Amino acid sequence: MIFNQSTSPHVTASLSVQQMMFMVLYALIPGALASIYFFGWGVLFNLIIAISVALGSEAAILKIRQHNVKESLYDGSALITASLLALALPALAPWWLTTIATLFAIVIAKHLYGGLGYNPFNPAMVGYIVVMISFPLQMTLWTAPMGVHGGWPNFATTFDWVFLGHLPDTMTLDAISMATPIDTIKTQLHQLHDIAETRNSIEYKALFGTLSGIGWEWVNSLYLLAGIWLIKKDIIDWRIPVAFLISLTFLANFFAVSDFSSNSSALFHLFSGGTMLCAFFIATDPITASTTPRGRWIYGIGIGILVFVIRVWGGYPDGIAFAVVLMNMAVPIIDYYTQPKVYGDPEV
Amino acid sequence: MITEQDFSKLDGGLKLVAYKHLSTGHKIIDAPVVKNYVLPLQQHIGAISQCVVSVGERVLKGQIIARPGNTISAAIHAPVSGTVTAIDQQPVPHASGLADLCISIENDFKEEWHQQEPLADEYNNLSSHDLRLLLRNAGIVGLGGATFPSDVKQTETHIRTLVLNGVECEPYITCDDMLMRERASQILSGADIIGHIIKARQCIIAIEDNKPEAIAAIQTAIDEDGTGFFRLQVIPTIYPSGGEKQLVKILTGQEIPAQGLPAEIGVLCHNVATAYAIYQAVFEARPLISRIMTVTGHGINTPQNFDVLIGTPIKECIEQSGGYREDSCELIMGGPMMGFTLHSDSLPVTKASNCILVMLAKETQAVARSVNKAHMPCIRCGKCVDVCPVHLLPQQLYWYSSSKNMERAQEHHLFDCIECGCCAYVCPSNIPLVQYYRYAKSEIRLAQQELAASDIARQRHEARLLRQEKQKQLREEKLRKKRELLKKKNTANADSKGDDKNKSNKQDAIAQAVARAKEKKAAREKAQ
Repeated sequence: MIFNQSTSPHVTASLSVQQMMFMVLYALIPGALASIYFFGWGVLFNLIIAISVALGSEAAILKIRQHNVKESLYDGSALITASLLALALPALAPWWLTTIATLFAIVIAKHLYGGLGYNPFNPAMVGYIVVMISFPLQMTLWTAPMGVHGGWPNFATTFDWVFLGHLPDTMTLDAISMATPIDTIKTQLHQLHDIAETRNSIEYKALFGTLSGIGWEWVNSLYLLAGIWLIKKDIIDWRIPVAFLISLTFLANFFAVSDFSSNSSALFHLFSGGTMLCAFFIATDPITASTTPRGRWIYGIGIGILVFVIRVWGGYPDGIAFAVVLMNMAVPIIDYYTQPKVYGDPEV
Repeated sequence: MITEQDFSKLDGGLKLVAYKHLSTGHKIIDAPVVKNYVLPLQQHIGAISQCVVSVGERVLKGQIIARPGNTISAAIHAPVSGTVTAIDQQPVPHASGLADLCISIENDFKEEWHQQEPLADEYNNLSSHDLRLLLRNAGIVGLGGATFPSDVKQTETHIRTLVLNGVECEPYITCDDMLMRERASQILSGADIIGHIIKARQCIIAIEDNKPEAIAAIQTAIDEDGTGFFRLQVIPTIYPSGGEKQLVKILTGQEIPAQGLPAEIGVLCHNVATAYAIYQAVFEARPLISRIMTVTGHGINTPQNFDVLIGTPIKECIEQSGGYREDSCELIMGGPMMGFTLHSDSLPVTKASNCILVMLAKETQAVARSVNKAHMPCIRCGKCVDVCPVHLLPQQLYWYSSSKNMERAQEHHLFDCIECGCCAYVCPSNIPLVQYYRYAKSEIRLAQQELAASDIARQRHEARLLRQEKQKQLREEKLRKKRELLKKKNTANADSKGDDKNKSNKQDAIAQAVARAKEKKAAREKAQ
């Protein structure tokens, strides 16, 4: 009998990388559906554009790098990058914006650094930052959520705008787009209207729901539930989301307690913008996050602090992308100084 | 009573499906006796044994056929009476697949024993030193798999606790379990002997909680013993609780210092099978010529445990177990987590053979694929960090090993890795992590050996240069002295005739040369 030769251990019972990635994709579905429901067809177009550009560009560059295209393409990582980017970009982002962001994310931020496992920066966030800085105007084109001021434009209008770049004569861009709740509060604060005033004002009252903004609270809640499911299934490490959410809560409440009129509550911060998406899907990207247990606490807390600082005092409405990429830069030194105590080493 | 005590839980580790029930359905049976036995001379940690018999010599059962090669070495005994047919290189069960020096014995089926002097209870009259010598002469080595010579391990200095390792944490293996079920009182007798040698105050027998029958049997034996020396400790079934370092921490809460021994914290560990072998050596004057071995796996038709003579070809036991199932793919010596694959089943059973495991293709294909082809890249998920029982950073070790950055790998405590395989088991990319670490360790050891060799070479070279310098100086000294002596002689003979004659000859020659020169000059002037 010919016996196969191998090395120990001879058995494994782990989920493959592909299985893990696809579970993350499944977890994104509820929140994505809520996004489409509340913010319109634009979100769906974003997803379609991002996914096709991602898969196409990844196939092309894998071929250039002479890698096995099929194996690498099917591991699901490009799909996740594209989906996260599509869900983070505004609903009315033109097709070329989404395309540029995705191309940058896949080709430059991921493959030019060495491909899966070798990139130091979160590819989706790098793509987001590139278009955020290059096309600041287009990055504010969020739709009014369903049920607010007429809601999001219909299929034909959205299609025309996203793919062809023109609107019907009767419509202006201002009419179909609306700032996010975070952005609204921030701009109003600069104009010296405090939060209570903004939330009760005629123009903006309808924008706010129970937890935070209309639509946004649903989207974030669904990402939160999905994230808890991912932790239970041992797909993501619980330390990063917990550290991030706790630090954000702590900072937000600290400032809200001292000055309620010009500081939003923790609840508002937690369920606005991309908080939950960041907590459970972006910050937990294993390749770019810290790897040691203690390091992950520091990483999560760092992102929480930076998100709060950028949101409140920074120039951008949502600081998720910058916060994540800044902490990516800190990961090597965090890892170096947070090595666990090895068995047999004397207590330090 | 089984005392529940607050003890340390194993850090990390895995809950594995154990498949112990496959091979615990039958009592231990004697393996078939065969015609030819092959005894490798290296069945233990340490120096290879030195053969003391020659080809054609008749040996008796239990007769010593190889003596220890060094302090850290072990004796080897004939498992049957018969004739030595060969002393040559034979294939042996080893991860490398290489052959080694072996003594081959042809059985004469007479079962004629070498003289035996069983001691029974009278061992109490012997000193520790004499008992250790007895164990050494009986070839006792650790039978948990590591095969360290037991007598070398049993120092007398401040060992308070003897730990008997009945944990058997690897899946599939049940030889210790069955031994505890069937021969519990003998195990305790063996532990008594060890306790007497090392003057321990207490003995803790550790068993995992998935072995209720063994627990009951040991508890009964402890109750019958009644001396209070023994205590049974049941621990949760987590792999690798049975590793010495991990077990000591679980039982005592203390960690063995890095690169150190359990003796440094007053503990000595022995496997239950080693205790049994020690009992046999002392009570029955039976040297280590057999052991209990599990033949199991989904690739075996009737898995069970054997009491097998060392040197029996493995395939005899496999045939006795109903042979291979279809789709059998790998033959492993040891367990699925730390065992190594064998290339043939005609290899002999050694002192280290605790288990022969036959696995099916579908069980091992995920690992086999990633070992033989390129594996997925590391996605830094950190699952390996969560399960490592030594608190290492397996993925950092992987990055440094694969990029050959050996200094960093050592900084991350590469040599503290116990190669348990938990990290590779959970890796989603199926990276053969333990293989990377073994590679890195061997590269570092090689580099250290080369460094030591080049250091010696450098020292020798410098010494040689120094020596040559010295010789040169000596030579010059001699020459100088000689010249001085000659000079003295010359000046002393300055007035003698011989010297005058030389002088006048010289003066004549000078005068003639001057005269010739004058003539030439005159001739030239004349020509002008």
